[in-house]
Amino acid sequence: MRRPVAVRVIGPTQWIFLPALAVMAVTLLLATPVKLFGWFALPEVVLPLTLAFAWPLIRPSVLGPVTLLVLGLFLDLLWGGPLGLWAICLLAVYGGVLLSRSFLAGQETRVLFAWYAVCVVGAFALVYLIVSLRAHNAPSLLALFWQVLPTLLLFPISAWMIERFDDGDLRFR
Amino acid sequence: MAFRDGPFENLKVPLVWTAMAVVGVGLIASIMLLLADGKSGEADDHFGPVRAGFTTGAGSVGGVFAAPVRWAGHVTDYVGGYFNAVEENRRLKRELAELQPWRDQAIALKNVNARYETLLGLRTEPPVAMATARSISEARGPFVNSRLIDAGSSKGVKVGNPVINEHGLVGRIVGVAPGVSRMLLVTDVASRIPVLIDRSDARAMLTGDGSGNPRLEYVRGQDSVRSGDRVLSSGDGGGIPRGVPIGVVAKGVDGSWRVKLFSDRGAIDYVRVMLFEDFGQLANAEALNAPPLAALDTAPPPTADQAAAIGDVQARRQAAAEETARRASQAAAAPPAAATPPAPASTQPERPA
Repeated sequence: MRRPVAVRVIGPTQWIFLPALAVMAVTLLLATPVKLFGWFALPEVVLPLTLAFAWPLIRPSVLGPVTLLVLGLFLDLLWGGPLGLWAICLLAVYGGVLLSRSFLAGQETRVLFAWYAVCVVGAFALVYLIVSLRAHNAPSLLALFWQVLPTLLLFPISAWMIERFDDGDLRFR
Repeated sequence: MAFRDGPFENLKVPLVWTAMAVVGVGLIASIMLLLADGKSGEADDHFGPVRAGFTTGAGSVGGVFAAPVRWAGHVTDYVGGYFNAVEENRRLKRELAELQPWRDQAIALKNVNARYETLLGLRTEPPVAMATARSISEARGPFVNSRLIDAGSSKGVKVGNPVINEHGLVGRIVGVAPGVSRMLLVTDVASRIPVLIDRSDARAMLTGDGSGNPRLEYVRGQDSVRSGDRVLSSGDGGGIPRGVPIGVVAKGVDGSWRVKLFSDRGAIDYVRVMLFEDFGQLANAEALNAPPLAALDTAPPPTADQAAAIGDVQARRQAAAEETARRASQAAAAPPAAATPPAPASTQPERPA
């Protein structure tokens, strides 16, 4: 008699809601006003960009963009920016990756990183443009660099999520 | 006929299309939000209550999340202080020796200044009340530089109040909830602070750009700014009282004048909110808003003597006018004579030619 095999179903809770909650918690943690050793401030990375890149590659979903919209509004409210700023940026990255997923599926990690870098730089350029137009003042490019760089270094999170949750279902290709 | 039995029975929309439709709707909603959102702290801030509610929740949650990080920061400060104690002790002794003559001069100048103010009858600004607060969380990217502090409207904090630490100006309040406020740092890209140069009394605008050293803009005049000049708030516009220390001038790598902030000399963990709105609070608004010449309406009626005097003056003026008219008519009616009678002596002094 064959023993029943337990099938673990990975639902949106595992690959959408829990990562989103983790990202919100870490973003709150990184917003702590502390300087270690008197000079080292915690990096201010845009963690939801890793989700905006990984989710469309894992599987197209209606919940993904909705959650990104909520995450973008969360960032705007937490950081005190205009409402909708980071939501536009995250959804633009999600849409861009979703359109290119047939090309990116199954590619090497180096190709994924290159596309991730393009998405991150594009997203920051979009935010830079919007903020410059609203404030009538261009933010410092050096300060921009110090936020883009640590965000680029977060790519392993996206790569891990893609490797962990990508089920390779051809129906989504 | 049920829907699944109709012509759409075999219609299957790809999930990618559905997701793209949701992305499109989300983008449209976000753009509308962005266009509808005014600047925080200003009159067209339509989402002020939403921000206040979120700020209240984020303040308490952030405080819990930040506790371990804050403890770690204290540990590193303790360790760093232990290893740097000798160097710091020497530096402090040197600074103390340099500052002692300045302290004596400051005491003497304060005394002289008080005497001058008394002699001249100057009306000095009253002391500004303060509210102490602790920084809960911060946004320090290139696009937003702000902090949440744990003092709100319950402590009298209002939008526009300047915030200082023990070294100098830190920012100003742009959002208030009952227990939490949002402070916009002077380094924020939207921050504009009218300042003066202590040496030359030149005016400029301190403009943040997301970097640690805000720019000095609209500097006029030659040699009005030099490296090392102290920068103070000018008080122009009434948003911040005059004379709050801000920093020293330095030349940036891009050639622009920038300011090294005094507030960066220490951690911005505990701050003081100056409960200062504008110069309007120093004036009596009722007296300023009173109608002009209102006192004329309350003048008492003239007494009998005053009325008789006024009437007498009017009667004398009328008699003089009648006499003048009579003489004029006689002169016009008289026949031409051989000899012109002498003209009456004029009471007016003769004008030089």
